[in-house]
Order: sequence, then C-alpha cells, then structure tokens
Amino acid sequence: MVEQASPGSKVAKNCLRAFLVGGAICLVGQIFKNALLALGMANDDASLVTACILVVIAVLLTGVGLYSKLGKVAGAGSIVPITGFANAITAPAIEYKKEGLVLGVGAKMFVIAGPVIVYGAMASVLVGLFHYFLR
Amino acid sequence: MKKYIGKQSVRFGNPPTVLEAAAIVGPKEGEGPLRDFYDVVSPDVLFGMDSWEKAESEMVRQSAELAAKKAGLHMEDIRYMLAGDLLSHNSGTNFGMRTFGRPFFGLYGACSAMGEGMGLGAMLLDGGYAEYVSVSASSHFCGAEKTFRFPLELGTQRPPTASWTVTGCGTAVLAAQGKGPYITSATTGAIVDMGITDANNMGAAMAPAAADVLINHFKDLNIGPDYYDMVITGDLGFIGRDLLLVLMDEAGYDLHKNLDDCGLLIYDRVTQDVHAGGSGCGCSAAVFASRLLAMLRKKEINRLLFVPTGALHSVASVQQGETMPAIAHAVAIENK
Repeated sequence: MVEQASPGSKVAKNCLRAFLVGGAICLVGQIFKNALLALGMANDDASLVTACILVVIAVLLTGVGLYSKLGKVAGAGSIVPITGFANAITAPAIEYKKEGLVLGVGAKMFVIAGPVIVYGAMASVLVGLFHYFLR
Repeated sequence: MKKYIGKQSVRFGNPPTVLEAAAIVGPKEGEGPLRDFYDVVSPDVLFGMDSWEKAESEMVRQSAELAAKKAGLHMEDIRYMLAGDLLSHNSGTNFGMRTFGRPFFGLYGACSAMGEGMGLGAMLLDGGYAEYVSVSASSHFCGAEKTFRFPLELGTQRPPTASWTVTGCGTAVLAAQGKGPYITSATTGAIVDMGITDANNMGAAMAPAAADVLINHFKDLNIGPDYYDMVITGDLGFIGRDLLLVLMDEAGYDLHKNLDDCGLLIYDRVTQDVHAGGSGCGCSAAVFASRLLAMLRKKEINRLLFVPTGALHSVASVQQGETMPAIAHAVAIENK
C-alpha cells in the first residue's frame, strides 16, 4: 500500500541528466589535460594536475553554494566524478565549522567521504595482494 | 468530576481558551501561500545569529515573547511554558527559553510537539494548576538537515517522498478563562509502528498513528468525522494524507470532505519544490498560530480537530535498521 502511494524517482530523466552532467565534467577535465599536454607536460603529470584543478573548482563551487544545486539536477552525474568527492569533504567542513577546527571541521570532514577512503584503501590492498600472488 | 473518557481521551469541564498566538517563520515559508498570516517573516534564515541552532533558539524566544505580548501578559503571568523541537536534547527550545525564568516543561514528540503541548497545557488549566500557559513548537530546516540528514552543501538528490522541514516557530497562549476559541477535548496518541524503514517517507510512517488517534477520538467522544468543519493533520504530506484516507475508509470513517494537512497548506508544492510537503514541529505550530486560529476567530470554521503528527526515529535507529515508530495527538478546538 505504501509503495503504491509513494511515487518513485524518474529513473530515465535522472539517468539522462547524470549522463550529460557527468560527461560535461569529464569533458572539462579532458580540455584541461589536453591544454597541459600541449604546454609540454608529461601524460602522468597532466592527469594529476587535471584532477587537482577539478577538485579546486568543486571546492569553490561548494563554498559558494552552487555544487548542491548542480547535485540536485545531476544526481550521480556530479557525485561519482572526483568533484563529488571534493564536495563530500567540503560540505561537512563548512557545516561543522561552528563546532571548532578540531572537533568540528577536523573530525566531521570525513563523515561522508570517510567510508569511501576506508573501503577504497582496503580494496586496493586486497587487489594488490591478489596481483602479487597470482601474477 | 471525572474528565477522562473512553480509552485515551479527556473532555474538559471548563474548556480553556486559546487566548493568543504568534508565528515566526523563515524566508521560504514567507514566500508560501500563508505569507499574509504570519506575525514575523524573517528575511534571514539565521535570524541574526551565527549558527542554525542559535537561529532556532532565537526564533523560539521571539515567538514566546511575542505571543505573551499580544495576549497583553507579562512573562511572569505565564505559569508554565511547554515546548519542544527536533534538535538533539531539545536544545532549540531549551536555549530559547533560558532567558525567561519561568517554570518549563520540555517536550519531545518529534513533529507532534504542538499537539502534545496543547493537550497537556489544557489539562493544566482545566485542572486549576495555572491561569495562563504558553505552548510552543519549533523547527529549522538547516538544523534538521544537519541533525537528521546531510550537510546543506552536499550535492545530493531528495526522493519524491521526502518532505521539507519548516523553518518556523508557533506559540499559543492558553488561558483558563476567556472568550474562546475553546479547547474542548483532547486525545493522546499511542506510539504506532507499522514497519516503515524509509526515513525519507515519514508521511507513510505517520499516517497509521494519525488514523489510530482519530479512530480513538471518534470512539471515545462518540462522534463522527462530520462533527468537525476541519480535521487537520500536522505534516503527513500528500502521500501520508492519501494513506490516511485509505486507512480511515477501511475503518468506516469518511474524511474525504474535511481532511487537510498543515504540510500541504504551508508551501506551494509545485513552485516551491518541497516534494511531499512541509514537515517539522514548526509546521503544525506555525500553521495553527497563523491561519487556523484566524479561521476560528473569523468563524470560517467553528469546530477544528488539530492532529499534529510525529515520526519518532533517530539517526542511530535508522542506521541500526529499526522501523519508524510514529505518534499523533488530537486536540479539538471549538467556538461556542
């Protein structure tokens, strides 16, 4: 009865928006990378610097309150790229600033991104072990 | 004289009067359909403070002070203050009330706080324990998001079933003697849990609690839904409202003509992007203190059943996979 009465999310529309915004973020990244390569930077270095640039942009957009608006439209499209990760760290840092720099910002900064770091690190260790023994 | 009747109701021997009320809301509520009925619409969501928590307390303080002033009373005339909110340890209320130095009962019934307070306040007055009491309930969108959900700037999507917490505080000053509108009866709700686990669908969790208290109210007082010009729930939203109608139909009570919901009145659901509707303690409190009391005074309605609804979950209970208990309290307010 509850499921009948409760409308679901519009999956097709949300997927399309996520695809377009997520794609656009990647396109912006590619433009930066190509520009860096054109300036003579090595491929690995260019990738690293591009990621840094995207993170800085996302942090700035979060700070001025625009990333949450983008997220409302794009959903996974703006959560999955590295910019979403930056947003997930910046948003709680802003929210908990009033509780102080140590127990507020410092402790709460990772409430959302923390699990990604913990399980991401664990997964990479496991994959590394498999790679080492099964090589 | 015995004043309790039926299973869980009281009928007041000397029905207390709703003497005055004050509603203070934030900017988004001030853009809503009830904009002309509020006492204060703050253009600043922080109410001049530097945190969401302090903003809510300031709202509580201003609203309690204004309601007493409108009633022509000094704070010393108020015998008891009853109030509740949604923040941890009722802190929005406790910090807002600390300057008054008046006897205080802190309430937690989630978004049903206004109904809980008005029922208890009326009992205090009818029992002869006070001449005046003040009842407040408040919520703040940003504070509630921080307490129950995510930081504000996190880029997430809200599901269509989610509701929007009202930034607002409503206070009613009740008096033992007065010219009405009168609180004639009250039914205290029991906790009802029908197994809903989705904290983003509070309307569905609260609808069975509302149905339970309504059915018991009608049975205890031996009346039907037609007795009231309006039966208004607190913050069921459109999903909870529809579910309540189904539950009441099944129980043999037809509420299709006179059921409304404060959460559906406070915002324009289409243009204000609030998904299922408004919610929070401040939702029913601010709507009662503004629009509903005005309707009673202008005799647009003469018999109102006010039924604030609350979902009693916490962040920890949801994370531990618990279902969501809910509660609702019914307060009947009538012109004579």
